[in-house]
Amino acid sequence: MATTIPEPPKIEEPRSSGGNSGNGGFRSLVPSDGNLRAVQDYAPPPSKTGIWVALAAISMTFAAFTSALIVRQGAAMDWHHLTLPRILYFNTLVLLASSLTLEMSRRRVAVFMGGTRNFDLNPARWLYVTALLGVVFVAGQYLAWLQLRSEGLYLATNPNSSFFYLLTAVHALHVLGGLVGLTYVIRKLHRVVLRRSTLDTFSYYWHFMGILWVYLLLLLWMKL
Amino acid sequence: MHDMSAHAAAHQGPPTSFVRKYIFSLDHKVIGKQYYGLGLAAVIIGMVLSWLMRIHLGWTNYPIPGLHLLSKSGAAGDVMTPEFYLQLMTMHATFMVFFVLTVAPFAAFGNFFLPIHVGAEDMPFPHFNMMSFWVTFVAFCVMVSSFFVGDGPTLGGWTQYAPLSAVGAVAGPGEGAGVVLWATSIAIFCVGQLLGTLNFIPNVLDLRCKGMSLWRMPLPTWAWFITSCMGLTAFSVLMPACIMLILDHVAGTSFFVASNLVINDQLQPHSGGSTLLWQHLFWFFGHPEVYIAIVPGMGIISHVLITNMRKPMLSHRVIVYSLGALAVLSYMVYGHHMFVSGMNPLSSLLFSFPTLLITIPSTILVLIWIGSLYGAKLRINSASLFALGFISMFITGGVSGFFLAQPSIQILLHATYFVVAHFHFTMAIAAIFGIFSGTYFWFPKMWGRMMNETLGKVHFWCSFVGVYCIFMPMHYLGLAGNVRRYQAFVVDYMQPLVGVHRFITIAALFTGAAQLIFIYNFIHSRFWGEPAPDNPWQGTSLEWSTPSPPPHDNFGGRHVVVYHDPYQYGVQSSTGDYVMQDSPEQVQTAHEEP
Amino acid sequence: MAKLFAVTILIIAILSAVPILRNTWHPMEDISTHGQAIDDQLSETMWEAGISFLASQIILAWFIWRFSGTKLGEKTKSFPGGAAGLVAGAIILVGLEVLALGIFGVKAWANIYFTQPGADAMPVQVQAGQFAFYFRYPGPDGKLGPLHADKISETSQNFFGLDPINDPDSKDDIVTAEMAIPVNREIRLLMHSKDLSHSFYVPALRIHQDFVPGLDLQLHFTATKIGRYEIVCSQLCGLGHYNMKAYLSVMSQPDFDDWLKKEAAMQ
Repeated sequence: MATTIPEPPKIEEPRSSGGNSGNGGFRSLVPSDGNLRAVQDYAPPPSKTGIWVALAAISMTFAAFTSALIVRQGAAMDWHHLTLPRILYFNTLVLLASSLTLEMSRRRVAVFMGGTRNFDLNPARWLYVTALLGVVFVAGQYLAWLQLRSEGLYLATNPNSSFFYLLTAVHALHVLGGLVGLTYVIRKLHRVVLRRSTLDTFSYYWHFMGILWVYLLLLLWMKL
Repeated sequence: MHDMSAHAAAHQGPPTSFVRKYIFSLDHKVIGKQYYGLGLAAVIIGMVLSWLMRIHLGWTNYPIPGLHLLSKSGAAGDVMTPEFYLQLMTMHATFMVFFVLTVAPFAAFGNFFLPIHVGAEDMPFPHFNMMSFWVTFVAFCVMVSSFFVGDGPTLGGWTQYAPLSAVGAVAGPGEGAGVVLWATSIAIFCVGQLLGTLNFIPNVLDLRCKGMSLWRMPLPTWAWFITSCMGLTAFSVLMPACIMLILDHVAGTSFFVASNLVINDQLQPHSGGSTLLWQHLFWFFGHPEVYIAIVPGMGIISHVLITNMRKPMLSHRVIVYSLGALAVLSYMVYGHHMFVSGMNPLSSLLFSFPTLLITIPSTILVLIWIGSLYGAKLRINSASLFALGFISMFITGGVSGFFLAQPSIQILLHATYFVVAHFHFTMAIAAIFGIFSGTYFWFPKMWGRMMNETLGKVHFWCSFVGVYCIFMPMHYLGLAGNVRRYQAFVVDYMQPLVGVHRFITIAALFTGAAQLIFIYNFIHSRFWGEPAPDNPWQGTSLEWSTPSPPPHDNFGGRHVVVYHDPYQYGVQSSTGDYVMQDSPEQVQTAHEEP
Repeated sequence: MAKLFAVTILIIAILSAVPILRNTWHPMEDISTHGQAIDDQLSETMWEAGISFLASQIILAWFIWRFSGTKLGEKTKSFPGGAAGLVAGAIILVGLEVLALGIFGVKAWANIYFTQPGADAMPVQVQAGQFAFYFRYPGPDGKLGPLHADKISETSQNFFGLDPINDPDSKDDIVTAEMAIPVNREIRLLMHSKDLSHSFYVPALRIHQDFVPGLDLQLHFTATKIGRYEIVCSQLCGLGHYNMKAYLSVMSQPDFDDWLKKEAAMQ
């Protein structure tokens, strides 16, 4: 009976960009004696910097929303505290769990890099779980909106509900964007070659979505 | 997340299909040229709108032939209605600030030259870079479309103050769908520019070639880097503001609209919103934005001047530090747009001090530029003329800032033509001169042909004298109390000023006509100009070490190694009085780089 | 061409300064008690700005004239002192100069915004709305009645939304389309917006303040010269923005009393 040995996922070492393979990819250097042959100071892959740029932009956006919330609260006496739908807490656990499963996937990738050819490790599986949890989170957020609607709280009902919908919606949109990215990562893993830096970069984004959500939850709980 | 590093993109080889080469190109050089084209289209639109505005201001109730073609309701009998004037004004500013001043000096030249300046093959994320252009293009289309909907584009000024912008069509013509389209377009624009900064910053930090330390980067590169950092934190604040504005407008929320407002005898349904919140959010973006508009120009003209002076600036580092100081301080000064807005008067004083202090880096820059001219061997050509013109303009604009930085003086000058003069000098025409300087300088590299020098000089003379004739009198109008954003002057005390407006209009039309010389020169040179050598200006930075135009991977597979600081002029080398950055030749520098 | 350019810069700089020196276009004569400080500040700034402007343009022109063109064999030179001197100059000269402007300017601003009106300042309310200013005087009872947004009606000329039937304080309120004040009497201006952002700008009075919908603001001032002035809106408020203005008449106390009586009779 023939058994098919599953093809191990192709994962690439983080390459040192620069060096002798082409242009670009160096950090600060220039020895004073001008001996450039001695320079080996390679820069990490640009995606590592790129993700921080993206996260900085997203942080500023939510900082702007936060300051708008604070100013709006002080602008009028129409702040009606709303009770957060319970499902939000469940959604929080789901999102944090997805960060855990993502980390599990990354650990397996690291083991793979170490040379182990244990096909049971299957890092792809944990990426699927992460994606599923992400979808559950977004669905759960939608349920939270439905619950608010059933209480008669719509987008324009009062400023609290406005900010609730706005903040959760913008966050959920970013999570959806992250799911698109996760699809890309999974595709690369199965079809072509997944670079370690791609997975790492995606992980930073995804974990940031979790941290951001915890921050928003606290903000909503304290302020709304 | 994408991680198509420059290597992967380059190693795939140059594209072959027409679509991949010219339309959905991943090549930063093509993207830069696409941005340039977008900027050119936008500046033509913005300029034509300004002609219409100026004609109306000088000759208010006169018909302008053909005007009815531009608006369904705003120009019956070719006479401009008050609302149409305001719509044209709003669109003029919007196209100019966003689609010209942010796009051309930063996205266009930056995309083309930043990777080359640091010795890289491309931007780090070419797919995101391509997206950044097309997203910006979509934003442009959405903005243009607002001319064709309902009662036309928004009339609330590029500043779109709430509640006028937020309450909807009840506030009058131009406040309906036009506002939603404006805010949508700008939100999309912010996304496009953020995708750009996503490429620029890692390119500078991670993709420099061997030997290219940060201090060896040429000045435009520093300027683009600093601008990207500003853009990162500024556009990401405008976008949420626009989202909230759209929600107030279409979804009945009350972020910016207070209670108990009555328009047209109708009590508005909004309640509790904060009028000033919009202003705070907008200007937190808005002030860095004006520096985003001018800092690349400062880098570009420094670069152009150094090449044409045949000597480096007095201090490379001081220029970089000053640009950085401008960027940092730009976040602390935004309240100077709001001195009399009704915010706490103490805040006004608090904002005025950093505003006065920001004079210092600006002055340092001007003094370094002028001081560097001392002892130079200045070549006069179109590029250097526009660069020198930039300095003159920036001085004028900066000096008028002394007045506007003080709350007590703004009591007289707020919302008058003095402000219009100030920002046109510092931001608009200085930046445009920076764009022209960059164009004349870099056209050979970008399109492989030389522009016509004589036409360039004629263009310069008409423009330089012209813009001074347009904008210098506006200072006097402001001092006399001429309020801005008025479509006509029916106020008694403004009657004596109409003659000045007519003078300005004539100057504007003349200067506008002179731009046709540039457009003709551009198009003609693009197809029939003299083929350009690799290094027509004997420059030292890396763009001159590669053919005109550069090959697909910028350096033809060559591994660029940089041995020198960017501006080694005034030396004795095998090439003459300069040594290129990537030349291994060791030379005795004539100047000590401090 | 460099020399021509240098001369052009020079001519433009000088021509630009001429109208300032000849005071061709200038702010209106100040008729307020607090305006002198503003005018002094303006004058001080004009000198500093003017000197900076002329000096830098002239030196720019001079350097372009002197240092352009290439003479074979001539080397390029550095500005004596290099960048350090210029940086120091910028920080010390300009920095100190602008800080001085800022510090001295605080008083001019504080005079208006950090002082309280006297107890016998006369209250006048101004309401801004698309596209007119209306004014309200409290009448003999000295009190202004409450505003009711739902009662505002242009058609029935109830601009402020008063309810004289139910609010006794509103009964004697006097609503006018022009503003009049007695000369040399402190005025407490109560600013209210009916709909959008507008601004109250009276150049002669050295007063410039935006209305904020949802936030009623207060200013105080004293006019020192009899005459007729214009209040103009300077915050874009829609198509009629250019035409949104009202007259301010500064009158002697007896003339003002007469005027107020006439207005009261027309309510």
